[in-house]
Amino acid sequence: MGKLRFASVWLGGCSGCHMSFLDLDEWLFDLAEAVEVVYSPVADFKTFPENVDVTLVEGAIANRDHLELIHTIRKNSRLVVSFGDCAVTGNVTAMRNPLGGADVVLDRAYRDAQLLRPQVPHDDGIVPPLIDHVVPVHAVIPVDLYIPGCPPPAKRIRAVLQAVIEGKSPEMIGREMLKFG
Amino acid sequence: MPRTLTINGQEISARSDQTILEAAQDANIRIPTLCHLDGLTDVGACRMCLVEVTGSNKLLPACTTRVQEGMEVRTDTERLRAYRRQIIELLFAERNHVCAVCVANGHCELQNAAIAVGMDHVRYDYIFPRLSVDLSHERFGMDHNRCILCTRCVRACDQLEGAHTIDVMGRGAKSLIIRDMNVPWGESTTCTSCGKCVMACPTGALFKQGSTVAEMVHDAEKLAFLKAARERKVWNV
Repeated sequence: MGKLRFASVWLGGCSGCHMSFLDLDEWLFDLAEAVEVVYSPVADFKTFPENVDVTLVEGAIANRDHLELIHTIRKNSRLVVSFGDCAVTGNVTAMRNPLGGADVVLDRAYRDAQLLRPQVPHDDGIVPPLIDHVVPVHAVIPVDLYIPGCPPPAKRIRAVLQAVIEGKSPEMIGREMLKFG
Repeated sequence: MPRTLTINGQEISARSDQTILEAAQDANIRIPTLCHLDGLTDVGACRMCLVEVTGSNKLLPACTTRVQEGMEVRTDTERLRAYRRQIIELLFAERNHVCAVCVANGHCELQNAAIAVGMDHVRYDYIFPRLSVDLSHERFGMDHNRCILCTRCVRACDQLEGAHTIDVMGRGAKSLIIRDMNVPWGESTTCTSCGKCVMACPTGALFKQGSTVAEMVHDAEKLAFLKAARERKVWNV
């Protein structure tokens, strides 16, 4: 059996889920035996590749880059995993939704609170525009597996990845596997 | 007169004035609940305790349905499990329950219920309503984002404290827990600041001022203790 082609992406989140992923510590060596990392924020890849077996998606869909990339991810991945509370629920990233559209938060961050030259960054192709309404990943594309948690504990990540490597579906039951927050 | 009935095929006897929920609890059969709290009257608000009863074409809330002779009750069928998960998902979709930054994280009955029903994600669109946080009271706070409208605070204030400061305003998902005639909590003239509403709250909606993420531990059992002490002169300590 060849190695699984493994990807992870960092969308609208704080990277805490990836930090928790690194908490897998020495099991990362076992993981490296079983998978080939083909895309990840912890490695230098420019474009999302084709024929990916499993992709962990950290973060909610919060800007136009996320919206574009998530469709590529779905098209090119056999299994898409919502990785952590922001991907699964919107979580902290979506806390701006009740306030109104993107302009409200951009004004708050870049205009209202600035004394010197208040302006919203807008260079085309450099800063992706925020979308008005943050949504969880499964609101945009079909998702195969969900790993709740803010961040998901390393043990939970390992249980899911272990099952995926063995070609099984993980048992998402009980506090150890399902607690949000 | 005792009644004999079956719950999940198990034959049990109950007093005629008991509800299905009480009879089940006495027989150590667990029926999930959210708006029920020992020590308060039941209102059947959350629908988590719905059960199937042979001969009834609708599901019945165990907390407000009296036992009957020969009743056949089922508490854990596939249909009920599907509805319970649906109820919990709808509660999460209805307001802004952000466990990661909630005072009740790790001590929350809604969070525990989500685990119990196996909720790994919410299939409904989140509504993201704009709701306020009332911090006008010197000791307590109310975050409407976390409220599931179970009315346990309303009943604790009315039935145990006797103040009836708290009530519900509006209809449906737009209902709001209010104090007096919808005044900021700190301006209520009837609130005795006893804190029983805070003890009764299943989520992070009511909390002690100064609690930060995961620090708010409620004390719901104290209300049942209080009721037993007051009405039956029983002090179980």
